Amino acid sequence: MMENLGLGIMMEVPTVIINVQRGGPSTGLPTLPAQADIMQARWGSHGDYELIAVAPSSPQESFDYMIMAFNLSEKYRVPTLVMMDECVGHMTEKIVIPEPEEIEITPRKLYDGPKDEYLPYRPDEDMVPWMVRAGDGYRFHTTGLTHDERGYPAMNAECQHELVTRLMDKIRTKADEIAVLEEDEVDGADVVVISYGISSRVAIPAVERARAEGVKVGSLRMVTVWPFPENRMRELAKEVGALVVVELNMGQMYYEVERVAAGNAKTILVPHAGGWVHDSEDIYQAIKGGAR
Amino acid sequence: MNELRISGFGGQGVIRCGYIIGKTAALYDHKHATLTQSFGPEARGSACSAQVLIDDKPIRYPYVSVPDTVVAMSQEAYDKFGGDITDGGTLLNDEDLVKPGDVTGGPKLYAVPATRLAEQIGNRIVANIVMLGFFTAVTGLISSEAAREALPSSVPERFVDLNIKAFERGYEYGLAATGKAPEGEKAAVDAE
Repeated sequence: MMENLGLGIMMEVPTVIINVQRGGPSTGLPTLPAQADIMQARWGSHGDYELIAVAPSSPQESFDYMIMAFNLSEKYRVPTLVMMDECVGHMTEKIVIPEPEEIEITPRKLYDGPKDEYLPYRPDEDMVPWMVRAGDGYRFHTTGLTHDERGYPAMNAECQHELVTRLMDKIRTKADEIAVLEEDEVDGADVVVISYGISSRVAIPAVERARAEGVKVGSLRMVTVWPFPENRMRELAKEVGALVVVELNMGQMYYEVERVAAGNAKTILVPHAGGWVHDSEDIYQAIKGGAR
Repeated sequence: MNELRISGFGGQGVIRCGYIIGKTAALYDHKHATLTQSFGPEARGSACSAQVLIDDKPIRYPYVSVPDTVVAMSQEAYDKFGGDITDGGTLLNDEDLVKPGDVTGGPKLYAVPATRLAEQIGNRIVANIVMLGFFTAVTGLISSEAAREALPSSVPERFVDLNIKAFERGYEYGLAATGKAPEGEKAAVDAE
């Protein structure tokens, strides 16, 4: 999967990949949940790159975010990962499927200029090149090798620098625009619980329990997990006393949070090796521990 | 919130039974319901269980903590899950397949010969639906009207009639077992 992910990034192929995470490494825990592939999603293929990933926590969100993932992958011409976990993957709940005309679709940006002027990897202002349809008569060349605007191999440091910088910047500079974050009672909070996917559901009862006891605790749920919402997290770390990260792994997104918090807020990890979801008590204790 | 565990061995349709309970609650009783399931890698014969949560509010934590209702369709399931139930909870089992031991915490015990009744109707494959009918009558956690609405779209089309028959059989048996039906009917059911 990882080789192909890199190829998709290099050739700028709109792609959606679903990863229903189970406990690992290796065969690990089939039919049991984990969120331990979050860093693999970000760094699993070789080379420098940026991509997009979303994390649903319910069947309804699996439907909604799948559409979001397709739209993002088309808009930015980048593989987009849907990071589910076994619990969500096997879960059954009511979902509402909207009428087709109510579903927002981001259309593919198609080139319709003169045929002899088309360059498949010449970027538009948004750094994303235009696509063409097979059969419309445009000459299209692509490769996994470092390439120029014609899509021909151009294996030198200058071309590599230009290409990789663009591939990363087309996502990195739009990170704020891409980020979908659900914030709840974050203003004036002393502690903020950061989570994604199934863990964001599991965290809610602990947050509500702490609130009932007077702790000023907010929650930030990452709907998009990559690109990492650096600016918002950095800001948040300056406003609160502690950031509690709840994830079904031994600490992955936590280190991103710790990095941008840069000592401005205490960062607390609530780890879990996978195989089940967190015990609400553990999350509650972490919130209490983070409260001033 | 109600927390349910429907258990048995793979192939008995216990997941399907849990699925129909959740579907009935969510789509036809207009509540919130979540189904999660656990099973071994084997397709048939291994212990399996469905966890169903039903609430008026959206459900957060997706698994059962301590169930208030347990359905056991096999001895293994009973031994594994029968002791883990809230005080005053409800335990339903297939009386031909489960020999209840000492039950701690005093759950209310209800037994139905689900597999035998299904065989009488014509196919033991619908034992899970007999149990569904029994469950509906005994617990009242889903309405019988809603369950009847949910049933046809939840089973293969050619078996809809058989499944409806199975549901009604279990439902009647449940009404009789809980004294919700007149005594005469209970006697008639017992006599069969």
